[in-house]
Amino acid sequence: MSQKTMARLAAILATHEKDVLNEWLEQQTAAVTRRRDLINDQDLREESRRFLAIVRKAAQNDHGAETDWSDARTFLEDLSRTRARQGFSPSETASFVLSLKQPLFARLRQEIGRDPEAFASETWAITTVLDSLGLYTTEVYQKSREEVIANQQREMLELSTPVVQLWQGVLGLPLIGTLDSARTQVVMENLLRSIVETGATIAVIDITGVPTVDTLVAQHLLKTVAAARLMGADCIISGIRPQIAQTIVHLGVDLTAVTTKATLADAFAIALQRTGFAVTRTASARSAPPAKS
Amino acid sequence: MERIPIIKMAEFLLVSIQVDMHDKLALTLQDDLTNQIVKSHARGVLIDISSLEIVDSFIGRMLANIAAMSKVLDAQTVVVGMRPAVAITLVELGMSLTGVRTALDVGRGMDLLREALGAPAGVEANGVDANAQD
Repeated sequence: MSQKTMARLAAILATHEKDVLNEWLEQQTAAVTRRRDLINDQDLREESRRFLAIVRKAAQNDHGAETDWSDARTFLEDLSRTRARQGFSPSETASFVLSLKQPLFARLRQEIGRDPEAFASETWAITTVLDSLGLYTTEVYQKSREEVIANQQREMLELSTPVVQLWQGVLGLPLIGTLDSARTQVVMENLLRSIVETGATIAVIDITGVPTVDTLVAQHLLKTVAAARLMGADCIISGIRPQIAQTIVHLGVDLTAVTTKATLADAFAIALQRTGFAVTRTASARSAPPAKS
Repeated sequence: MERIPIIKMAEFLLVSIQVDMHDKLALTLQDDLTNQIVKSHARGVLIDISSLEIVDSFIGRMLANIAAMSKVLDAQTVVVGMRPAVAITLVELGMSLTGVRTALDVGRGMDLLREALGAPAGVEANGVDANAQD
C-alpha cells in the first residue's frame, strides 16, 4: 500500500509540482504563523521549491523497500537550525512542513476523490510521512536551542569569575550573577590559587552583582571565606545592598564571623588599614582641580 | 617507629609534616607535641603542612585538637602552607578549623606568632620600647 501511495504522490508531484507549490505558498503566506519580519517571500519560495523537489525525488526513488527520507531530513535539519537562530517559534517552524498537507490532499481529492477507500488510505500515508517530518523539525529546533543555552552557560562560567589584585596583598573578587554550587567551586579555586600566587592576606568579595542572596548562596559565600581563611587570608564581603541585608537577617544567616561592608570602597579602606597602608591626598592635588590652569 | 620531628626554635616549636599522615602517626605527633610543649616551655607552635596533599576528617580534627591542646598549655598554634585543594576539602568536610590561626607560609606564620605573643611582627621588641620612651 505504501509503495502505491508513494508512487501516486510521485505522480501528483511530477505533473502538478508548480500548482502544488503555488498553493502551498499561498497557504503559508496566508497562515497566522507567517513571519514576514524574519523571512521574505523570495527566500520562502526558494526553500519551498527545494523541499518539494526533494520530496518528489524521494517518492520517485521508492523501489519497494522503505522510502528514503534522509535527504528531506537533512534539508529540514538545516532549515530548522537556521530558523531557530532567526527566532522562529517551534510551531512556526513545524508548520512549514505541515502546511504542505492541504495542497497535497486537494490534489489527491481531484485525482481519486471518487474512491473513498483509496483516498482515505492515501491521505493516511501522506499524513504519517509529513507528521514525522514535522516532528523532526521540532526535535532539531529544540536541540539547536539547547546547544545555544549550553554555550551561553559555559561562557558565563568563564567570564564571570575574575580575581583582580587591588593592592599589594589585597585581592578583589567581583561576583556577578547567581552563585550556584558549580560557580562557587570555580570562584573558590580561582581565589585560592590567586592567594598562593600573590601572597595576599586580604580578599574583598564584592557581591554587588549578585541579584539575590538566599541561604544557599550565603552558605557558599561562607564556605569560600572559610577556605580562604585556612590559607591564611581574611575575607571582607562588600557590596551588600539594603534589601540583601534585610533578607540575610530575615533568613537568620549568621555573618558575624565575617567582616561585611556596604560598599567596595569601605572594604578597600579597611583592607589598606589592616595591611598598614594609608591613602593621603597630596597638597598640590588639594589646591589645584584636575582642570588645566 | 616513624615519627615526625619537632624542632625547637627559641620559644617556638616547629613541626613540618613532609609525609602522608596516617592515623597512628597523627596520634604519635599529638603525644610528642604536648610532651615537648611542657618540657620546653614553648609559647608557640607552628605546623607546616605545605607538603600535605591528602586530608581526611581525622587529620582535620587532629589539627583542631592540637590547637586546642596547645591552648590549654598556653601556647599559640599557627597552621601554615595549606594547599588550595586541602582547604577546599576541609571546608567541604565541614571543618573550617575556627579555633586555629592560619598563614600562607612559614615567614608569615612566625610573624603571626610573634604578634600573638605581644611583640609586633618584624620589629625588634627593644626598638618599639625605645620609640615608646621617646
